Amino acid sequence: MPTVGDDHIVKSYDAQLKTLRDILARMGGLAEAQLDMALAALEARDSETAMKVKAGDAAVDACEQQVNEQTLRLLALRAPLADDLRQVVAALKVAGNLERVADHAASAARRTVILNDNPAMAPTRSLVRMGRKVQVMLHEVLGAYLAYDADTALAVHGRDQEIDEMHASLFREILTYMMEDARTITAASQLMFVAKTFERIGDHATNIAEMTYFLVTARPLDRHRPRRDVFDGGV
Amino acid sequence: MTMLDAPTLAENLATDAKILARGVTVHYGAKQALNGIDLDIAGNRVTALIGPSGCGKSTFLRCLNRMNDTVAGARVGGMVTLDGEPLYGPGALDPVLLRMRVGMVFQKPNPFPKSIYDNVAFGPRIHGLFARKADLDEAVERALERAGLWHEVKDRLHDRATGLSGGQQQRLCIARAIAVDPEVILMDEPCSALDPIATARVEELIDELRDNFAIVIVTHSMQQAARVSQQTAFFHLGNLVEVGPTERIFTAPEHQLTQGYITGRFG
Repeated sequence: MPTVGDDHIVKSYDAQLKTLRDILARMGGLAEAQLDMALAALEARDSETAMKVKAGDAAVDACEQQVNEQTLRLLALRAPLADDLRQVVAALKVAGNLERVADHAASAARRTVILNDNPAMAPTRSLVRMGRKVQVMLHEVLGAYLAYDADTALAVHGRDQEIDEMHASLFREILTYMMEDARTITAASQLMFVAKTFERIGDHATNIAEMTYFLVTARPLDRHRPRRDVFDGGV
Repeated sequence: MTMLDAPTLAENLATDAKILARGVTVHYGAKQALNGIDLDIAGNRVTALIGPSGCGKSTFLRCLNRMNDTVAGARVGGMVTLDGEPLYGPGALDPVLLRMRVGMVFQKPNPFPKSIYDNVAFGPRIHGLFARKADLDEAVERALERAGLWHEVKDRLHDRATGLSGGQQQRLCIARAIAVDPEVILMDEPCSALDPIATARVEELIDELRDNFAIVIVTHSMQQAARVSQQTAFFHLGNLVEVGPTERIFTAPEHQLTQGYITGRFG
């Protein structure tokens, strides 16, 4: 029975949809690589790599532009319906989220350059650990998106809370350093900003999970994310 | 495939039905064209019937004003009611009166070879609706006005209708259909012979007519079904596969057959 992913009668329609998916796959790969490099630069205190991340952002932006154009073309020329329509709308939104992911990676890299001018801080290790967790989330959700895998998307969606909690605990840890020694404030505040960028990337991965779920099942994922305020009482 | 699943059926039946169809079957000789259709047509709404050629959508449409009676060898089974009154079987509505209440517009504009005025006045005259000429004049003007044609033809009401453009002829046929003040209008691919501008005019008209009539439209254009209807029913091989709010059918159809058809994967 013909369904999601099967061929259309008009082959050029399939070709246009495939082009869209190909751009998304490339864009996802680039965004992941940007985050990976940003984490490597942070961990190794490597300003040169950090600068590469800054320079690499333009390629992701260019992909987003291509997705926008291809989406517009498909909407105007094919008037997609049902799963095709969801495919096109999801592509547009996923591209928007990936563009933000790459922005955050570039922002983390910029702050890494500043961090490298200051003495190393112990919480960096926890920060990298959090970043790696977010990276895994991003990798899995992109795989789920490209494979129409709603179950994996749902699983990734459920892990955002974990990231939020890591972020909150990291925030408290860094704050302790600042309070103990005012000389660490410059570096510590940069660490806090980097932690925030990773937390935001987790949110974007969660958004992509929601779009994937919608794309596959045609039903919106319950927007009720477990939003217990992780900062309650602690700070 | 003849069985609908529960949610679809509930969604289908939960309307304030103007026309109610239950277990409708149609045979053309030995060939069964419809395999038991359950479908409600709501008042003041447009219901689109879609599906590949030969799926039974036009056959079903023609059951709603007994047009299949005119086809030799056609047999209709099951139950169809208009406001609770049966269309078939014992105590059925008189077909002539039924067709006054359920008007029809065809694929190709088919004005009578008469004047514009006489085309619109035809129905009211044969049903003897108006005794006075002034009343008939007023009814003709009102029908042409509602069909959005009055301003284009008011100065040449006695010209031959066949001199109008295709789009104008189709709107004239709609005016002719509504001149007898029907309750339901059936349209069998009313725009397939029209250009996009004439199509847009007819679609705008359908939108306006919906305030006063229940409309059922058979269309091959998925985009047209999406644009004009509030409820869409998908037919396939004589079965009603899925029916629901148009928006849902075109964004998240439940059945794979519907999905495959509307996205252009078969048909």
